[in-house]
Amino acid sequence: MNALARLRPTRLTSTGIVYLVLVLVLVLGAVITAAAGRNFFSSGNISAILTGTSILGFIAIGQTLVILAGSLDLSVPYVASLASLLGGVTMAGQTGNIPLAVVTALGVAALIGLVNGLVVAYLHVHGFIASLGMGLILAGYLGTNYKGSAGSAPRDFRLIGALNIGPVPLSTLIMLGCAVLVILLLRRTRIGHHLYAVGGSKDVARLSGVRTQPPIVLAHVLCSVLAGMAGLLLLARLSVGSPTIGTQGGYDLMSIAAVVLGGTVLAGGKGNILGTLGGVAIFAVMDNIMGVMQLNAFLQDVVRGLVIVLAVAVYARRNADLRPARFDRSRAARHTPAPTTAGGAA
Amino acid sequence: MTTADATTTRGTTLPMSEGGTAGRLGRALRTPGGAVFVLVAVLLVCVIAANPNFGEPGSLVRFIGRTAPIAIAAMGQYFVIVSGEFDLSMGSVVTMQVVLAGNFIGQDESRILPVMLLMFALGALVGVVNGLATTLLKVPSFIVTLGTMLALSGLVLYLTGGAATGNPVDSFRQIGRGGIQDVPILDVIPYPAIILLVLAIAAFWLMRRPFGRTLVAVGDNPQAVHLSGSATWWLKTRAFILSSLAATVAGIILVGYAGVHPSVGQGYEFTAITAVVVGGVVLGGGRGWVLSAAAGAFALELLFTLLNFVGVASTWRDTVQGVIIIVAVAIGARAWQGGRRRRSAEPITPGAEPRQTGTTPTTPPDPGTT
Repeated sequence: MNALARLRPTRLTSTGIVYLVLVLVLVLGAVITAAAGRNFFSSGNISAILTGTSILGFIAIGQTLVILAGSLDLSVPYVASLASLLGGVTMAGQTGNIPLAVVTALGVAALIGLVNGLVVAYLHVHGFIASLGMGLILAGYLGTNYKGSAGSAPRDFRLIGALNIGPVPLSTLIMLGCAVLVILLLRRTRIGHHLYAVGGSKDVARLSGVRTQPPIVLAHVLCSVLAGMAGLLLLARLSVGSPTIGTQGGYDLMSIAAVVLGGTVLAGGKGNILGTLGGVAIFAVMDNIMGVMQLNAFLQDVVRGLVIVLAVAVYARRNADLRPARFDRSRAARHTPAPTTAGGAA
Repeated sequence: MTTADATTTRGTTLPMSEGGTAGRLGRALRTPGGAVFVLVAVLLVCVIAANPNFGEPGSLVRFIGRTAPIAIAAMGQYFVIVSGEFDLSMGSVVTMQVVLAGNFIGQDESRILPVMLLMFALGALVGVVNGLATTLLKVPSFIVTLGTMLALSGLVLYLTGGAATGNPVDSFRQIGRGGIQDVPILDVIPYPAIILLVLAIAAFWLMRRPFGRTLVAVGDNPQAVHLSGSATWWLKTRAFILSSLAATVAGIILVGYAGVHPSVGQGYEFTAITAVVVGGVVLGGGRGWVLSAAAGAFALELLFTLLNFVGVASTWRDTVQGVIIIVAVAIGARAWQGGRRRRSAEPITPGAEPRQTGTTPTTPPDPGTT
């Protein structure tokens, strides 16, 4: 047993497993698509899959930051809706208004994130509640002030959603650019390291001389800004802003599922962006396969639900085994995913 | 941060037995779990001031009947939350039961009993699946119940085609909308109010049983509970079963109120969690009282009623709910912190005991074992 535990760390990292699963899903997709008489790796299909990753990708990258910091953000769909509306209304079909509209939408998103972060960091409200409350506040605002879709995006802005460079959509490239920036933030900056420390254990981070609030606030601000970018991308695709576009996508829970699917520990402090991108890609490929199979839309939800639970079960078992037995943290971690996140609230 | 204080609370007398009944009650009301009852009272006075008709016994009892399903769901969610987990599948379970009742009971009265048994069995099954996946597969409950939520609602929508189907016989719907007629003063006692009362007493009793006390302890420090010989997996699984069964009861009542539609129950999990949190129960487990969770549901409903009477547009309802839960939890976090030297003052005095006698409440990695 002990020897086994010592052997394990030399094996695949959890990110490795995520990409292994992704390869498996890709192979599965290729077989199923070929059985349906189509080419899975045609540039059109690859482009469709990559397009599918971009919106959830933006949100999931932000969600990863927040989850790493030991919090959660359930307000992202509303932020995305609000950003799409603000962007659309400010642009009003004029190309000259694009910079102003982008700044307005992202600025408001950043402000929402700031409030979330301040409430979580300084008022010691659990991120689940703070962002659930913020989501409801925004839902009320959206429901009261916007009866339906509003605004319109000029042609130049719509290009962001439509342009492809080779088989790769521009929106996916922007999303990957953001991912690289966030990876650099996490790996190369002091606050990035502090983010992991605070997420791992707030008390230990504080006792080690880390100011625990700035990383949490930063994570929330970035998460909301990225959700705002997802909203702008939705605006570019649909050319109108819509108050329900975010909630329709279920981006709050799906992004959390993608993050956890990517190997990030829900309690915080452990995980990375690469894994999340893998998780998002798995979802996108799965959706594509189910689309090819012409599976009923409701049954697709059933499959998603099962895959989420089963995939996470694989990691969770593995993570539990991987930890050195001497500290016996595995047992605590296995049984208390929620209390660790709640450490800040208590 | 609470580690140092936890050791200082060990004294010769237990603080919870200090002072008379009045003093203890006063202290209890200052905790978040007690303050929610004050909040309910204040809101009730406000609502009656806004609309004096509401204060009549008859309409008060009808209000209790209307609030019963969400209060029952909140009590179910309480069991899961106090053990340190989440149950996001609650809304889907409500939907599933509503649709089951619509499709299987139909206009045949003789089917009511078997179908209800089936509903409870399926509800319990969902709870078992949630519980076992959380405890044995070690998947965070947030993800497990998110998965069951997607799977269940997808399945229900697939089977019904996303549209309303069937309508159960009226005598079944009476459970939700009927009541004992011709009662003096009250006029009519709705069945949901009676169900709520019975379940509240049962939940209260259950939380004073060894099961309830260990459940609170497991939410606070699962490692300590495990080391003291309890089967934590079975404790938590039972909590999930109770939650799903509560959702089943809420579904049965809602059939009477709202009829059969796949949208009944949508968002119920978040409303229930909100109610539990407004009731001063701490997310992450280990603190809170089951009746406070039910009171949290009443506080929410009273608030909505008040907004209605005052004439606030219903679209702002969400915003107010959002502000309320943030404020409630912010104050709650402060109160639990400020009151940590007298933590025994919280209402669940017996259940609180395991927490006081030692181990670190906040951080699972116990420094003592390293």
